[in-house]
Amino acid sequence: MEVALSHRPSAAAPPSSRRALWRRPGFAPGLLIGALALLLALPVLVVLGSVLRPAGEVWRHLATTVLPDYVANSLILMLGVGIGTLLIGVGTAWLTTLCRFPGRRLFEWALLLPMAMPAYLIAYTYTGLLDYAGPVQTLLRDWTGWSYGDYWFPAIRSLPGAMLMLSLVLYPYVYLLARAAFLSQSVAVLEVGRTLGQGPWGTFWRVALPLARPAIVAGVTLALMETLADYGTVQYFGVATFSTGIFRVWLGQDEPVAAAQLAALLLVFVLTLILIERGSRRRARYHHSGQRHQPIRRYPLRGWAAFGALLVCLLPLLLGFLVPAGQLAVWSWSRAATGFDARFLSLTLNSLGLAGAAALLALVVALILAYAQRLVPTPLVRSSARLAGMGYAVPGAVIAIGVMLPLAWLDNALDGWMRSTFGLSTGLLFSGTLFALLFAYLARFLSVALQTVESGLTRIRPAMDEAARSLGQRPAQVLWRVHVPLLRGSLLTALLLVFVDVIKELPATLALRPFNFDTLAVRAYELASDERLADAGPAALTIVLAGLVPVVLLSRSIARSRHVQSI
Amino acid sequence: MSSRSESQQLALRGVDVAYGERVVARAIDFALDPGEIACLLGPSGCGKTTLLRAIAGFEPIVAGEIWLHGRRVSAPGETLAPERRRVGMLFQDFALFPHLSVAGNIGFGLRDGSSAQKRARIAELLELIGLADAGERYPHELSGGMQQRVALARALAPRPEALLLDEPFSSLDAERREQLAREIRDLLKREGVTAVLVTHDQHEAFAMADVIGVMSEGRIRQWGPAFDLYHEPADRFVADFIGQGVRLPATTLDGCRVTTELGELSCSRPHDLPSGVTVEVLVRPDDLAHDDASPVRALILERAFRGADFLYRLRLPSGAEVLSLAPSHQEHAVGDWIGVSARTMRHLVLFR
Repeated sequence: MEVALSHRPSAAAPPSSRRALWRRPGFAPGLLIGALALLLALPVLVVLGSVLRPAGEVWRHLATTVLPDYVANSLILMLGVGIGTLLIGVGTAWLTTLCRFPGRRLFEWALLLPMAMPAYLIAYTYTGLLDYAGPVQTLLRDWTGWSYGDYWFPAIRSLPGAMLMLSLVLYPYVYLLARAAFLSQSVAVLEVGRTLGQGPWGTFWRVALPLARPAIVAGVTLALMETLADYGTVQYFGVATFSTGIFRVWLGQDEPVAAAQLAALLLVFVLTLILIERGSRRRARYHHSGQRHQPIRRYPLRGWAAFGALLVCLLPLLLGFLVPAGQLAVWSWSRAATGFDARFLSLTLNSLGLAGAAALLALVVALILAYAQRLVPTPLVRSSARLAGMGYAVPGAVIAIGVMLPLAWLDNALDGWMRSTFGLSTGLLFSGTLFALLFAYLARFLSVALQTVESGLTRIRPAMDEAARSLGQRPAQVLWRVHVPLLRGSLLTALLLVFVDVIKELPATLALRPFNFDTLAVRAYELASDERLADAGPAALTIVLAGLVPVVLLSRSIARSRHVQSI
Repeated sequence: MSSRSESQQLALRGVDVAYGERVVARAIDFALDPGEIACLLGPSGCGKTTLLRAIAGFEPIVAGEIWLHGRRVSAPGETLAPERRRVGMLFQDFALFPHLSVAGNIGFGLRDGSSAQKRARIAELLELIGLADAGERYPHELSGGMQQRVALARALAPRPEALLLDEPFSSLDAERREQLAREIRDLLKREGVTAVLVTHDQHEAFAMADVIGVMSEGRIRQWGPAFDLYHEPADRFVADFIGQGVRLPATTLDGCRVTTELGELSCSRPHDLPSGVTVEVLVRPDDLAHDDASPVRALILERAFRGADFLYRLRLPSGAEVLSLAPSHQEHAVGDWIGVSARTMRHLVLFR
């Protein structure tokens, strides 16, 4: 009477396992997505592939002359920025999360403001402030009666200067991640430290800091990736690094292949950083799991200690944002009559149009990739999305050369074919137009949009899709009628983030823009290079104002999470 | 076979569903007439939800056929898209669209007809679920029970060929589940909707379904009305899963009696086993009465007060445990020995 139970695999095995690869469901869309991803990863692949091409003489010349300088300068710069961001980021994060002192709640979000300041702009402002003719040295001379040559003053346009500039605007990466790590630490663990005889200082060193280490490492590696990507600051300060080297070899010596090989070497540095960052993030997640969230009991600081904490938090904010932004405002004010002319308007429109187009493009592609992963979650589609997001953390100089090489080849081939068949020349149809620029932006910033859209989409339960399907909606209709309205916030954020990133972007824009096409960033760079710093004010200030938008978004999310932390 | 399938509203014929190599539902066969409400009942992981998703078109099948209102919608390598099946679905967490009002949710699946017709249909459904004034409200403003009714109205709006309900009461208060199940049953019956419910809770199944399929390990063990499942379980799994009770060793005497530790058990309907066969007999709590005159004594191990009655867990001298229902005014303490005797049963449930 008992029914026999068998776990034998069915006699009729599921056909999907036997069916040929290309006949399985989701194969054709997977292939399309794969092709799209390959296209977006093309710049990076071209750069990596350039290693295989012989460059012989040029490369040998590079290796014996400037390459050791590039490597040494890049490494020293990374070391300096690493230490700088570590000290500022961890110190301010610890003070604002675990201590109580006047102004703490203000600093909690205000410490993010330097993120709005692109490194090359802060470099211009401090050059203006600290140079021989700048207000600081002028004041010093007025006070002391010294004149030129009587005194020593540190040169800001130097390698240490670049370290300082980059540290001042990149520490928020460390601050953000360290802050999140400190907040997630269970109070119990910290209190156990106290009961075992550690003071607050000892608890910090022996418990809080080691627990937060993976997050801090992740933050520092992010800052170092930005350091490697920086072009404007080091170029202006005359520090020869990989980024400046790529441009010098490419545009100065007209050796694009050697430049690509240099870029490939830079990519190895970046990839190492990415691996470190991934690894520490994985451990960071492990550390946070399973801890019940309890409000942190902040350690009250009084008297000199409170004043010291205030000062430690005020300095990075002052030096990283308030002073340079103030300087830009003063310059802009001094050019109020002449600076905001038709030229400025056209620059602004160029920047806005370009950033808007790139942001929309990135959003559409991100939506396609994210949605494809939801509809056809095959390994092919998943890895395609990861491949397409690879441009993340790849320096603009690398993307630029990676875009230029294949497009120039395409232009030559097309032009040659058109000449021979129709007798007309198409010229630089791709590489000399906005197409190249948009392609570069898409390759570089797609992952920003993709991550935002993906995280929004995972919050929508699959039952929503199924409910809509069972009510007679096709997948495309589900996207339009359910997902897009629900994702509105994420889509807007993605759009904004790419938009602002494009406005701030300098090296790729500089290298790929069509002839006589200027943007705010390019103009600020050119004016600064011509030592017309004050004239660069209006353009620079506009870029900083645009950069404030994502910072405001971030600080709002910090403010929203505040009720969890406050006692 | 297929001509019969065509006359029925929903028919599954030898259906297998598999995830990769693992077959999670096997040889499933059942058919529903228009307006019939069926329930797939089983413990979690028995394949019931997968089967429901196969009917909805979210999972392909690897063997057999699914017919819906005279149309073959699933066969191996041939899956009609969910949006083209006209099958309504009620989800565990309701899956209401948070960006749409109640009226927007209900009208979501209405495609044909003028906007006036759509408005009329929405109003009609709001009336039906008793939320006539709630059309402009948003899902998060409603209680769980109201959300469920809106989800039901949304699923019914396009007049589906069949309604599928996936554990529809699991996110609601336990006390209200049976009442809601009965309300929904009344509503579906009034509208003449053919429906398949999936649940692990037999009380929901009893309250709602005309016919129940008890599932385990991917198979339907028994298909029939609740009464039959309780009183004539087809195998040990169904006997243990539906209702309470224990299986006691017994020996058959003649067509109507068996002998057990409890004495002779008799029934009004004969079984078909020869005498002298060793079997197990299913004894439900309501088959055992407290009887001080009985020679059979049992030790009270545990008692649960349930209002109208006590449920006692008893140990017989052999060590076997049985359950017994007693009216709540007959109170005994844990550790007492009491007399028990078996009532005359309609039908003896025997397992060899």
